[in-house]
Amino acid sequence: MSKLFAVVIILIAVVSAVPILRHTWWMPEDISTHGAPIDEQMSETMAEAGICFLASQILLALFIWKFSDRKPSDKITSLPGGARGLVIAAFLLVGTEVFALGLFGAKAWASVYFTPPAANAMPIQVQAGQFAFYFRYPGSDGTFGSLHPEMISEANANYFGIDQTNDPDAKDDIVTAEMAIPVNREIHLLMHAKDVGHSFFVRELRVQQDFVPGLDVSIHFTATKVGKYEIVCTQLCGLGHYNMKAYLDVMSQGDFDAWLKQQAAMQ
Amino acid sequence: MHDMSSHAVHHAPPTGFIRKNVFSLDHKVIGKQYYALALAAVLIGMVLSWLMRIHLGWSAAKIPFLHLLFSAGAPGDLMTPEYYLQLMTMHGTIMVFFVLTTAPFAAFGNYFLPIQVGAEDMPFPHFNMMSFWVTFVSFLVMVSSFFVPDGPTLGGWTQYAPLSAVGKVSGPGQGTGVVLWAASIAIFCIGQLLGSLNFITTTLDMRARGMSLWRLPLTAWGWFITSVMGLTAFAVLMPACILLILDHVAGTSFFVASNLVINDQLQPHSGGSTLLWQHLFWFFGHPEVYIAIVPGMGIVSHVLIANMRRPMLSHRVLIYSMGALAVLSYMVYGHHMFVSGMNPFSSMAFSFPTLTITIPSTIIVLIWLGSLYGSKLRINSASLFALGFISMFISGGVSGFFLAQPSIDILLHATYFVVGHFHLVMAVAAIFGIFSGTYFWFPKITGRMMNESLGKVHFLLTFIGTYCIFMPFHYLGMAGNVRRYQAFVDDYLQPLIPLHKFITISAVATGLVQFIFIYNLFHSYFKGEPAPENPWEATSLEWSTPSSPPPFDNFGGKHPVVYHDPYQYGVEGSTGDYVMQTSPEEVKSGHDEK
Amino acid sequence: MATTIHEPPKINEDRVPSRPASSSGNGGWHNLVPASGDLRAVRDYSPPPASTGIWVGLAAISMSFAALTSALIVRKGSSLDWRHFTLPSLLYLNTAILLASSVTLEIARRRIASFMSGLKTQVASPARWLYASLGLGLVFVVGQYAAWQQLSSQGLYLATNPASSFFYVLTAAHALHVFGGLGGLTLAIHRLSRGILKRTTLDTVARYWHFMDVLWIYLLLLLWTKL
Repeated sequence: MSKLFAVVIILIAVVSAVPILRHTWWMPEDISTHGAPIDEQMSETMAEAGICFLASQILLALFIWKFSDRKPSDKITSLPGGARGLVIAAFLLVGTEVFALGLFGAKAWASVYFTPPAANAMPIQVQAGQFAFYFRYPGSDGTFGSLHPEMISEANANYFGIDQTNDPDAKDDIVTAEMAIPVNREIHLLMHAKDVGHSFFVRELRVQQDFVPGLDVSIHFTATKVGKYEIVCTQLCGLGHYNMKAYLDVMSQGDFDAWLKQQAAMQ
Repeated sequence: MHDMSSHAVHHAPPTGFIRKNVFSLDHKVIGKQYYALALAAVLIGMVLSWLMRIHLGWSAAKIPFLHLLFSAGAPGDLMTPEYYLQLMTMHGTIMVFFVLTTAPFAAFGNYFLPIQVGAEDMPFPHFNMMSFWVTFVSFLVMVSSFFVPDGPTLGGWTQYAPLSAVGKVSGPGQGTGVVLWAASIAIFCIGQLLGSLNFITTTLDMRARGMSLWRLPLTAWGWFITSVMGLTAFAVLMPACILLILDHVAGTSFFVASNLVINDQLQPHSGGSTLLWQHLFWFFGHPEVYIAIVPGMGIVSHVLIANMRRPMLSHRVLIYSMGALAVLSYMVYGHHMFVSGMNPFSSMAFSFPTLTITIPSTIIVLIWLGSLYGSKLRINSASLFALGFISMFISGGVSGFFLAQPSIDILLHATYFVVGHFHLVMAVAAIFGIFSGTYFWFPKITGRMMNESLGKVHFLLTFIGTYCIFMPFHYLGMAGNVRRYQAFVDDYLQPLIPLHKFITISAVATGLVQFIFIYNLFHSYFKGEPAPENPWEATSLEWSTPSSPPPFDNFGGKHPVVYHDPYQYGVEGSTGDYVMQTSPEEVKSGHDEK
Repeated sequence: MATTIHEPPKINEDRVPSRPASSSGNGGWHNLVPASGDLRAVRDYSPPPASTGIWVGLAAISMSFAALTSALIVRKGSSLDWRHFTLPSLLYLNTAILLASSVTLEIARRRIASFMSGLKTQVASPARWLYASLGLGLVFVVGQYAAWQQLSSQGLYLATNPASSFFYVLTAAHALHVFGGLGGLTLAIHRLSRGILKRTTLDTVARYWHFMDVLWIYLLLLLWTKL
């Protein structure tokens, strides 16, 4: 039994590693400007975690194989170095490894969250509500009209509760169900929650951020590749959570301008 | 008749069925009652997980007879999206609270802590009895939410506000279902506090003569450290649940912000803080997961030592490391909130203690592995599950490296990667700890042995099965598969569905394997081989009771005196290669703790 | 029922544990017989579990109120809807009553202690002072309810605004725990009357009761500065 168990451990460890090494199920390609340090962090961590995982499972299997079914006359021996050696190894090896991960990870995190958006970043507002995302562009005046929650009406397609009749800033606001952005242009995403908690996740953009009801948060990013990507909700928001998504369309500047004009005409 | 009146512990042996088995003051009976509760809860939780997994693999399929369980949730046997979420919420809640907090800690701890310290019972047996019945009432309240018209809450075991706080307008089950959930958990907290009170005072004040703190077995240390964590963590969760109930029934706005619009209606609440709930919940929530695992670490260490025939490389380092885990567990809770919208600087701050906590975890695993080296390992069901725990804890722990870093969390938060991580450490490792303890202590509790062959089959199939279930969760997470989805409609999720089907089949198969254990448990209870006095040739005090099961006062009127450290193995003893703690013989070539 | 005249209260001496050196367990031992043979480390019986237990209980209660305190602070800072109000004046009178009840409890405790250690052969019934604490404690709880009435007559109810919410929640939580303390006092009185009151029990009840004072002063300061 012990030998069988040892073999099973090694098999499981090796078989588990295969899909990781072969990237069978994997992250999509990074299309953001800030994603490289994050991906690098991921590879570093994967390598270190992988080594720790394989080494410790193999050691476990080896020791089970070697030290079970021993004869009564066999002597019990201690690992050279004893507990002290192991504690030192843990502090030195694991300690430095995690400290390094923490330090470099902090840099990756800071590049996303501690850099302010560029002055010419394009502002887009996204509102998350049960169970859809809606987007708002400020229009030619560059300002968003104010939000009047009491005016929200799904039936009249006034998703944001803007007063297009009386509010001059709101008159040229463009509301869409799809998010289109020009490629290679920084976007400043203003995130507003209509009802409960939601989250904004685009895998390819290496962006995930929760909406906080009562607190307007914002993030910024730049997409580097044209294409259609999915925005999905990752914060449990009710029965329609699984279905809450929108498309992110990254287009050339020219295509984007045309699209925006078209959307403006449909308001 | 000599004076036995030292402390209120001395109650006469109970007479009558009710006093002996129902409202019993005896810690052993209370321990068994907790075990029975955990067993019932785990079976319910497992069935809930089957329903979830079947639906995830085949979301358009009908599940026969499902409408009988809850007609509103499964009209025509087709599971509605809200019913999936309700099942998921109850699965998580029941498993975390009524299985993982109950079995390793309350069940085994109540039974064995007093015996292992050499006491006749815990110092407050009435509070102890109350702690079980309060927990039982909490369980009934939780399960009752299945029977209210709108069904149980669907907000996940984490019950984030405002979804949980704003009332039934936010979804089915979000009215009465949430109030019942919060009430149940608040009641549960009270039960836990009464339990912690007993565990702490037993460990500090009820030890037999000669039993210094360092001579306590590792199980006792595990339970002691856990009870201190429980005291502080549950004391925070309870007021949080009360505030949540008030937001529901009293119109307050602790957690619900202003200007929220649901179904085109402006909600009456204002000014509440969404993140406040998360801070209060996770301040409890992170120590909670260590409450779930530390007793298992104690049990696994204890079982392994008896089966390696040698003590751990360092008894004290293990204790210090478990203590370090407990202390650090309060400083890391923000890692559940990296992308929650809290100050990104806080996220960075929380990641450092989270990464640091790998150090004591690593030390513990290295000590286990290092102690296996050169040992004389005995393979039986108990030791197999203990070894399996090590493998699972390694696997689950290693995925923690990723989740400890906010930058990587951007990609992995709320994906199946997280679900895989916590299932490996909690649903598998902690459960393996429970299995290991069961196989090890069954002879002492019942006087009979469990069937070894069945135990080994149970082990091997469960070990392989649980890896088949939970290892793929990490691959799903890397691909960005979001959690808490009742079906997979997004384009990028379609290629992942076959993997989900594989997981479902593994889950149902592995779940069915558990009935081997259930059969073994009940069959051995009635018809198992009578157990020898000390079947594992172990040294701690539970093996020196005059009978199995132990008599009413544990030691048959005698008060044990402790002469040795807990793990004198590999020495020349009068009965073999070990010397029991209560044996007055001197240890030759021993290793007494300093 | 304890007499009120000249007979000292019946406290059954042989129910108080004597500590025969040969007996062990169920009272616990500290670090006996250390392996190093260093006898200086040898200590006698542990404190009775109730003494440790009460600190455990008070730690849990402190954590709960710490959680409520941080909830208050976060809630206050999260929005602009915090409305200050003046605390009902009755609270200050109630504070004095609660403090007085602690004083009477201490008097009771010392009288029983001096009787038990043989310093006095007769002592006026300490039950009188315990009843005084019980009575004052009850007056406190009723007084808190009256303070609530004062507040609600100003139109400040539980859900009126966050500041009033926390007022009611904190004072209610405290009053609930005071109720528990009243239960403990009742238990002590009952046992005293039957002559089976142990030192530990009374000390534990007293410790809990005094903690209610400390907690109340803390809450009063918190409410006074924040609300």
